Amino acid sequence: MRIMTAFDPVTATVGGALIGLSAALLMLLTGRIAGISGILAGCLSLVGGDWKWRAAFILGLVIAPLTGGLAGYSLAEPQMPKSWAVVVIAGLLVGFGTRLGGGCTSGHGICGMSRFSPRSLTATVIFFITAIVVVLITRHGLEG
Amino acid sequence: MMVIIASFACGLIFGWGLLISGMVQPAKVLAFLDIFGNWDPSLAFTMAAALAVSSIGFALTRRREKPLLAPQSFWPSASSIDAPLVTGAMLFGIGWGLSGLCPGPALENLTTLSPRLLVFVAAMIVGMFLQDQWQRRRAAQIQREADTALAPADG
Repeated sequence: MRIMTAFDPVTATVGGALIGLSAALLMLLTGRIAGISGILAGCLSLVGGDWKWRAAFILGLVIAPLTGGLAGYSLAEPQMPKSWAVVVIAGLLVGFGTRLGGGCTSGHGICGMSRFSPRSLTATVIFFITAIVVVLITRHGLEG
Repeated sequence: MMVIIASFACGLIFGWGLLISGMVQPAKVLAFLDIFGNWDPSLAFTMAAALAVSSIGFALTRRREKPLLAPQSFWPSASSIDAPLVTGAMLFGIGWGLSGLCPGPALENLTTLSPRLLVFVAAMIVGMFLQDQWQRRRAAQIQREADTALAPADG
């Protein structure tokens, strides 16, 4: 299977604008931050408060690809690490790390940065640099 | 009820954004993170567009006393840059770099029923529970230490 990673600034920008619109609308309408790790943790009753709106948000997110097919966008089988151990370790780290750090790409990276929060800017810079280094090692480390 | 409908609609829009931008694909995210290799900068446009729209939206929302459908806004109150923030962001960055998946795209891929993706999401949820347990234990320990420190004063 060929993996599509062609540079496409138009769809990237349109998609990004929709993500920003979602975050802005959620705050304007319901007063909540569109941070996926926090919303998921709230669904699992790991943080206090109402779980119903969180479950509704996640339901919308999960079924979005089924409706996106109408516009010609559908979901492909995600390319995952070959090693099951890496799949499990990566999942554990994403779950543990986003809760410990209080946010992920959406909560810190989009919502926090949009509020000009130094805390979120710090988290975003750290998880980006860390991920870039990990990719550098896993993709190019053995080539010297 | 209106809050639940609005949240559902926002989840849908968020999902469309991840889908159209390509951020839902782990391979696309890894290509974006691979700045020293065959770099695909597309998702930089996604981040920039998302930030432009949400920062304008947030600035307009902040002028209002309360949201349209709910009694109060929950703007985050935490501002400290502390060890948990730095450590958490690093651990998340390792997992993100290994898999190309952050929580939103991971959840959005559920309907593919890819076995590896399902295991990833299960592990992510276990990781969240482990963090919760660890934090409770740590809070209890700090409380015990505080009690012990007070004990001589009682005697």
